[in-house]
Amino acid sequence: MNRARQNIFNMIAAHTLLLAYMVLALFPVFIILINSFKTRRAIFRHPLMPPDTDSFSLTGYETVLKQGDFLHYFQNSMIVTVVSLFFILLFGAMAAFALAEYRFKGNSWMGLYLALGIMIPIRIGTVSILQIMVATGLVNTLTALILVYTAQGLPLAVFILTEFMKQVSNDLKNAGRIDGLSEYAIFFKLVLPLVRPAMATVAVFNMIPIWNDLWFPLILAPAEETKTLTLGSQVFIGQFVTNWNAVLAALSMAIIPVMTLYVFFSRQLIRGITAGAVK
Amino acid sequence: MGMITTRKPPFKWHIVVFLAPAVLVYTAIMIFPMIDTMRLALFSSIDNHQVFVGLKNFKTLFGDPRWSEHFWNALGNNTWFFIIHMLVQNPVGIALAAILSVPTLRFAPAYRTIVIIPTILSFVIVGFSWKLILSPLWGIAPSMLDMIGLKSLFHPWLGKEQYALTTLALISVWQFIGIPMLLIYAALLTIPEEILEAAECDGLTGFSQFWKIKLPLILPSIGIISILTFVGNFNAFDLIFTAQGPVAGPNYSTDILGTFMYRTFFGYQLQLGDPNLGATIASTMFLIILIGVCIYLFTIQRRLRRYQF
Repeated sequence: MNRARQNIFNMIAAHTLLLAYMVLALFPVFIILINSFKTRRAIFRHPLMPPDTDSFSLTGYETVLKQGDFLHYFQNSMIVTVVSLFFILLFGAMAAFALAEYRFKGNSWMGLYLALGIMIPIRIGTVSILQIMVATGLVNTLTALILVYTAQGLPLAVFILTEFMKQVSNDLKNAGRIDGLSEYAIFFKLVLPLVRPAMATVAVFNMIPIWNDLWFPLILAPAEETKTLTLGSQVFIGQFVTNWNAVLAALSMAIIPVMTLYVFFSRQLIRGITAGAVK
Repeated sequence: MGMITTRKPPFKWHIVVFLAPAVLVYTAIMIFPMIDTMRLALFSSIDNHQVFVGLKNFKTLFGDPRWSEHFWNALGNNTWFFIIHMLVQNPVGIALAAILSVPTLRFAPAYRTIVIIPTILSFVIVGFSWKLILSPLWGIAPSMLDMIGLKSLFHPWLGKEQYALTTLALISVWQFIGIPMLLIYAALLTIPEEILEAAECDGLTGFSQFWKIKLPLILPSIGIISILTFVGNFNAFDLIFTAQGPVAGPNYSTDILGTFMYRTFFGYQLQLGDPNLGATIASTMFLIILIGVCIYLFTIQRRLRRYQF
């Protein structure tokens, strides 16, 4: 009896703590979103109230759509993220297959070499990366960003995918070889479909840092035509600091795509991080 | 005829084909620039020519008052930034994970999903949103403190030298707490059921069970989140840049190595950019991160191995 009561008490305490934390986690996003739909007066008078018929206003969004090229920024971010992910997955899976499947001289050294980049951030090499991009005429192109993000994503991708590739059954691959499949066909037709869940995990891990990065767009591609959504909103907000409607609308427009993506991929992301538990 | 020929197996070109794209991109865009950055740190631009100067740039950075003051300030701030993460982010993350891992807890998936939301937002969103919320102009923070009768506690935190850095560190904690939480949560789930049952038979439940049984078993994961935090913090830039600008105000009180490198490399206001000194700061950051990673690999991780079974 006493024990049961204590349990209920503990559970209530646990939920209270968690709920308090959830409020803290969601509160800023909520405040930004509701205020982006309000008139300037209402933003300052009643910042905590949701918009009503009186205070509803879209002036912020009108300014953003008129003054900033957000659709274009969004498109740039989309291209950079999708193409980088494609190369990270393709090149990463190919290298992981070579490391997991074949015994050759220097195999483990190659694995170690490719793993170095997991811990050492690529930003350390920025000075030289910029010089390379200047020398090759890639400054202010999306290609520069795609190259950098591909290089940045490869080490962890190779590391995770190698572990998964090692689990693919040898019998299957050998059966393929007896049927006369080339090594390339074995990789693309037999192995790749089997490691799709691991590829999805790698994709979700890389997607968010690439989409949100500010450093490389700022340094390698700050031109108007190549601005990503993150850099675009940074610059826009910097210019419109005093226009609260516009700032709040710009923030909301930056929040919405990530939140939408998150709704689709949150389970994959959480499963990816907690994968160690399932294995 | 019985001639024994040891034929060499044909060269396996497909291995090269599989490895080449990843190795080339990684070497050209990641490894080469890192080595090259360290090389640039040993040169100086004199009359538009790159001249080898040995460790002179490092001497300037650590000893020349024009630079060293900013450098030591940034390093000190960065260390404080890291300490706040270790003291707040990781313990709170562990506590949240411990609560979430209670098997009878309801709605755990929903809680888990929400804790990650700040982590997926970009620094631009996080930096500006908190800047608006803490702004004395808008008054959300003061009016909320007023509701609980603590209005006198309000300060324009981001604008005051003595508070700005700690405030930003806490904002960063708010953003990233989901990562230690999930990693510890995953580790807690791997603890074998038998161990927990044995503990319960010995009368260990609830908090004392967590403290005496679970915590020692998840020490390896705590090691991992510590080193991830270390690398992330000594490489941070975006949040400070968005919230306080490249000058990391007020009066450089929020300057960390990342913002210091950016300013040195690109120049700002009247000062011209200096790629060589920028490379010197980057090399120093590399050394700091390398030392941290080595300490982790050779001492912490090795000692923790003994706990595993």
